[in-house]
Amino acid sequence: MEEEEKLEVIEEQEPAEAVAEEAELEEVKAPEEKKETIEAEIPIYKKVKDVQFGVLSPKMIKKMASAKIVTPELYDKEGYPVDGGLMDIRLGVIDPGLKCKTCGSKLKECVGHFGYISLARPIIHLNFTSVILTLLRCSCRECGRILIEQEKIDKFGEKLRQFGKEKGEEIMRKKVKDIIASTTGKTGGKCPHCKAKQHKIAMDKPTTFFEDEKRISPIEIRTRLEKITDDDVELFGINSKSTRPEWMVLTVLPIPPVTMRPSITLETGERSEDDLTHKLGDIVRINQRLFENINAGAPEIIVEDLWDLLQYHITTFFDNEVAQLPPARHRSGQPLKTLTERIKSKEGRIRHNLVGKRTNFSARTVISPDPMLMINEVGVPEIMALKLTVPEKVTSWNLEHIKKFVEKGPKKYPGANYIVRPDGKKKKLTEETIEQALEELQPGYLVERHLMDGDLAIFNRQPSLHRMSMMAHKVRVLPYKTLRLNPAVCFPYNADFDGDEMNLHIPQTEEAMAEAEILMLVQTQLISPRYGLAVIGCIQDSISGNYILTQKKFQIKREEALDILMQVGISDMSKLPKKELVTGKEIFSMILPEDFNYSGRSKSTEEPELLIENGKLISGVMDKNNLGEGSGLLLRNIHKKYGEKYAVDFIGKVFRLGIAVLMKRGFTTTVSDTDLPEKVDGDIKHLLDVSRQEVNDLIRSYKEGTLDSFPGRTLRETLELKIMEVLNRARNEAGLMVLKNADRNSHTMLMALSGARGTTINLAQISATVGQQALRGKRIDKGYSLRTLSCFEKNDMGPEAHGFIKNCFKKGLSPSEFFFQAMVGRDSLMDTALRTPKSGYLYRRLANAMQDLKIEYDYTVRDASKRIVQFVYGEDGIDVSKSEAGKLNVKRIIKEVSGE
Amino acid sequence: MNKKIDIKKHIFVPKHQKLSEKEKEDLLRKYNITTSELPKILKSDPMALSAAAKTGDVIKIIRNSPTSGKSVFYRVVVNG
Repeated sequence: MEEEEKLEVIEEQEPAEAVAEEAELEEVKAPEEKKETIEAEIPIYKKVKDVQFGVLSPKMIKKMASAKIVTPELYDKEGYPVDGGLMDIRLGVIDPGLKCKTCGSKLKECVGHFGYISLARPIIHLNFTSVILTLLRCSCRECGRILIEQEKIDKFGEKLRQFGKEKGEEIMRKKVKDIIASTTGKTGGKCPHCKAKQHKIAMDKPTTFFEDEKRISPIEIRTRLEKITDDDVELFGINSKSTRPEWMVLTVLPIPPVTMRPSITLETGERSEDDLTHKLGDIVRINQRLFENINAGAPEIIVEDLWDLLQYHITTFFDNEVAQLPPARHRSGQPLKTLTERIKSKEGRIRHNLVGKRTNFSARTVISPDPMLMINEVGVPEIMALKLTVPEKVTSWNLEHIKKFVEKGPKKYPGANYIVRPDGKKKKLTEETIEQALEELQPGYLVERHLMDGDLAIFNRQPSLHRMSMMAHKVRVLPYKTLRLNPAVCFPYNADFDGDEMNLHIPQTEEAMAEAEILMLVQTQLISPRYGLAVIGCIQDSISGNYILTQKKFQIKREEALDILMQVGISDMSKLPKKELVTGKEIFSMILPEDFNYSGRSKSTEEPELLIENGKLISGVMDKNNLGEGSGLLLRNIHKKYGEKYAVDFIGKVFRLGIAVLMKRGFTTTVSDTDLPEKVDGDIKHLLDVSRQEVNDLIRSYKEGTLDSFPGRTLRETLELKIMEVLNRARNEAGLMVLKNADRNSHTMLMALSGARGTTINLAQISATVGQQALRGKRIDKGYSLRTLSCFEKNDMGPEAHGFIKNCFKKGLSPSEFFFQAMVGRDSLMDTALRTPKSGYLYRRLANAMQDLKIEYDYTVRDASKRIVQFVYGEDGIDVSKSEAGKLNVKRIIKEVSGE
Repeated sequence: MNKKIDIKKHIFVPKHQKLSEKEKEDLLRKYNITTSELPKILKSDPMALSAAAKTGDVIKIIRNSPTSGKSVFYRVVVNG
């Protein structure tokens, strides 16, 4: 079992290896093509028809190599690469100024070329051991045929091939093994073709093979693999044209080009070689010694020792983390990073460099709110603006303008960090180079100037689940060190300011900027494509402010109203009635467009009808239903009628209006806000007492057996349900009493009523009763045997013993109540902590599964291969982002068409 | 208890109709597709069986929809 598991692991690496080799092979060919291209001046385009994976043959390795490596020396006395050494200049260039001896191109142009070493003795390739084992076990040791009778091959061959095509070669090989296991029993361990006796073959990890406890040398293994016929190889699921089994035992080893293992020159002038070069040096050295010893006719023990050492070095060259081998180390003791380590795991090429690419011109830091920013702005700290740059083309018209940036240099804002010459050469600006750069600067140059107000930036917060999670904002360079955003855009980003960080990206080309501006700017994302309502609206205190402002009783001196409106950014006061005292509704109407009509509903019970006629707020209060994000059609209709630019402006104005009102009036919250009149306190106490009595009656009738059970429920369940109902009713009634008797003008109540923050349930819990604590929809019923806590009597079914909290938060909880509350609190905390990643993954899978569904011009929803998924999008063909909450407002359309 | 239930009468089963050859042609022309682009229904599906559909037939399904009241869907019968 263990072996099979291992088999899978190793096999998985095989294709990766093959890809690497294949790709490298291509690279070797490429320069030749390039030569032709230069001569003929016609580019040659080739279309990739198919890709095949296989194992490199020794012939191929020699063919693709441009140098044979014979010496472990790297450089001669002058520091020049030795011919036939590992840094041979035929393998590519890594020094500036030198030319490649193979292709003649310079540094960076030459991709490098392979070399090879002839191994003195064959070496098992680590990643193929499992395949070799299967092949050895399943073929005859004498004649090399597969251990299946000819008739059976004829009978099952086709089926097996079919099977391999469908399920993969891996499974096919396993199947072959099974078939052989079933036949050997019948044949008595003899080859069905030549009747030779077969022996048991075992493998000692990583690379040693045994036949009946006797070691088989790689030479022997290779000759056995050679004997397997091409037809039999096919049965194992191996393409004999691209992969002969004996190629899995190495006789020559390809040497990777120097370009993939460049040496670095230290400050001391000393050269430090790459880990791969070190490893290859070991291989070449031992290989040479092995050659010499064999030629000198050294005793077999010495030769075998060296052979094993060579096997170790080559194995660790491929993978330095083989479980059974000690990893090869530097002199300092840190393990070498060889081929496999380069590719795999989080720090490997794939996850680190290919999937996890990083970008320049981006920034990330903590965010904080700034309500005085426009909704489509982002505040960027000056330190960031000094590093983030925008390329600006120099023309004869803006030359003087741009020179000002260059003059300031990289340290003074607003300056510039680089200038780019028309030939693409980049020059860093420093104190010393500014003067020269100024002289040099002329049309055609590019200047990377510091980020400035009005530049575009793409702002993002993870997890990016939405298209609204990445929006373009206009930059405002500000002091201090956080990224600033208008709190109204918190909702689409799902951001708060408890330490959240966000990312900023600066588009670098005109195309990118134009695209970001047209498609991604905040105002273009105002209406959610999910439910067709505004995703940006007022939050928190701006809702409270507008609620206070538009209440019936709000009146204010005209001068003060002017103050507020000026703060919002309105300077034309001609619309404001010329009276001593103006009402809040009149002030609010100032920001409404003059020809705007709207009717809707408010959250408030006092003035539920919201009516706007000709830009005048006639009745109704502004609250969360109208101004909040994702609710109400007020913002939706303004967006529809006046366009997105107007709509963001409007939201910005409403937002600032709300805040300005609160600044003028003052707004705070205290514990006494939730105080109730003494009489009400008594009423609540009485209510709870009555409920307690009711529960007691229920329990008594249950014990007496006079309780009737609900259909489909046991008596006990019925009692539970009835008790729950009574207690819930008590809590709700207490809540209503609080709502009725609390001071509606207290700020705490005001916040709950306007929907700015908190609910009436929260208020009831603070001032009346916390109510029943429930675990999974039931009263708490855990703990000791027959009781929840040891302070209760056994079998106590009363409210207190099962998590009913009759106290309110303000009065304080009794110890047992506190404990129950902590139980439920902990449970819900665990629940959210466990559920978030699960639902996140679920969403991700859904998003990936549906990512290339697209609505075609005939309204059908189709996948990437044009198969129909839905015949009409959403079954009604409505574009939700152009609808009002997913519906067509037919009445309004008729009115508009007939009325205007 | 062994009475056979007529699934066609169940409220959760939408109406299935077999399209005639002509209707099928029209449908394919309307969407400019071949049957391979259509959603599939197994020949062994109880509703396909009850419509006595052959492989390659198209079945029209009329469902109640929360967004549009009624919605029409087509499926091509495949082997299995």
